[in-house]
Amino acid sequence: MSLTAGVVAVQGDVEEHVRAIERVCDRRGRSVSVHEVREPGVIPECDVLALPGGESTTISRTLHRAGLASEIREHVASGRPLFATCAGLIVVSADAGDDRIDELALLDVTVERNAFGRQRDSFEASLDVAGLDEPFPAVFIRAPAIDTVGDATVLATVDGRPVAVRQGPILATAFHPELTPDDRLHELALFEPETAASSPE
Amino acid sequence: MTETATDLEDLRRGTDLVKRGFAQMQKGGVIMDVVNREQARIAEDAGAVAVMSLEAVPADIRKRGGVARMADPADVAEIIDEVSIPVMGKARIGHTKEAQILEATGVDMIDESEVLTPADDAYHIDKRGFTAPFVCGARDLGEALRRIEEGAAMIRTKGEAGTGDVNQAVHHQRTIKGAIRELAGMTHEEREAYAREIEAPAELVHETAEMGRLPVVNFAAGGIATPADAALMMHHECDGIFVGSGIFGAENPRAMGEAIVEAVNNWDDPERLAEIATNVGKGMKGDANVDLSDEEKLQGRGV
Repeated sequence: MSLTAGVVAVQGDVEEHVRAIERVCDRRGRSVSVHEVREPGVIPECDVLALPGGESTTISRTLHRAGLASEIREHVASGRPLFATCAGLIVVSADAGDDRIDELALLDVTVERNAFGRQRDSFEASLDVAGLDEPFPAVFIRAPAIDTVGDATVLATVDGRPVAVRQGPILATAFHPELTPDDRLHELALFEPETAASSPE
Repeated sequence: MTETATDLEDLRRGTDLVKRGFAQMQKGGVIMDVVNREQARIAEDAGAVAVMSLEAVPADIRKRGGVARMADPADVAEIIDEVSIPVMGKARIGHTKEAQILEATGVDMIDESEVLTPADDAYHIDKRGFTAPFVCGARDLGEALRRIEEGAAMIRTKGEAGTGDVNQAVHHQRTIKGAIRELAGMTHEEREAYAREIEAPAELVHETAEMGRLPVVNFAAGGIATPADAALMMHHECDGIFVGSGIFGAENPRAMGEAIVEAVNNWDDPERLAEIATNVGKGMKGDANVDLSDEEKLQGRGV
């Protein structure tokens, strides 16, 4: 069966997620069509969904204006996998501490935006991630960090602060796996969900 | 599952991946020129992905004449304090010290810009040693790849800044894209010869040919003044848009800013564009490129 994937394409590094999903499917021998989602009606067709990095204020306002917010909520409610990176994490969180962001509250965490500082403080790190055998080359760009974790499971931390979490069908990272050729987190997020029942396989 | 820890000592800052990655996060967005805190607030509220801080917008620099320099760091710091989106700053071509001052002030990206008066006739800043990423202007593939070789993490068309005439931004984007299409049909040795001809590093020419695009993010800049102009540059396969004088030179900056952001999001939907372009007020007056003498053009600075 061919897989239908969506990458929410209101702003940010959309193409990088599209390519990562195509590489993962290619490796798994799955045929896939990946849609860049700009308007309502596409997400209900998608087996898996990615919410990319970018500017969280811009993504948040456009998401609501374009009428995609409720479809993302329904996608997660039906147990289908969602991978959210950086700004994506901020948008799906319960609280980002900023009035300009209308959080989707799909993930039971609160986040601090730009928690590691401005661009000059942005960094790469070899990150140990629960569920992966080898460290992951993680790229943090003006990255958020997770402040409080409710029902979510922490997968990785930097300086004691959670930067990757999983809760039901959602996997979210403060960093950008889509910027590197290492697709293990896309694989984990979209094809190896926490609950077997929500697997798109 | 148990969590695992990474310590702050193991972090690497200012790498190519981190610098180019910053530019990748701006894609599909609009970066707006602002000269003070009030304008920065309007830009962020209008949906800008970042603001460019400078002393005066290009149209005013044109009118005023004289030497155009980087903004006062106090003004840049105020803008940084005002908004949560990234703040960029313009340094003169070849002015390593202005760039270092902007970096120390905390800007997220430095624009080594032909809009300011060049500080060096022969050399651009060696951008590789900086932690901050750089964006540079280009009119053709040779210029673009020379800037990338010097360490630029993002390229924008030069266009003709401060005119409100999109003509030159279109011309530069078409020139860059056309050269990349030409490369696609060339053999290895033809690409080597082409690299010598356009005075660009062969390695970057090969990389561009293989990727079918510039190896870094490619924005449009220089003369974009309306929602339709912004949509046109997206149609020409730009990754996003810089708007200089077009927002705060317009009758209603907030409405024009929002409309340009919406136009970039909906560049391929004429029905939506028609709604977006309705009732945004008058755009900046501008100057047609064909009416400018060569001395009045900024795009020839720093090749």
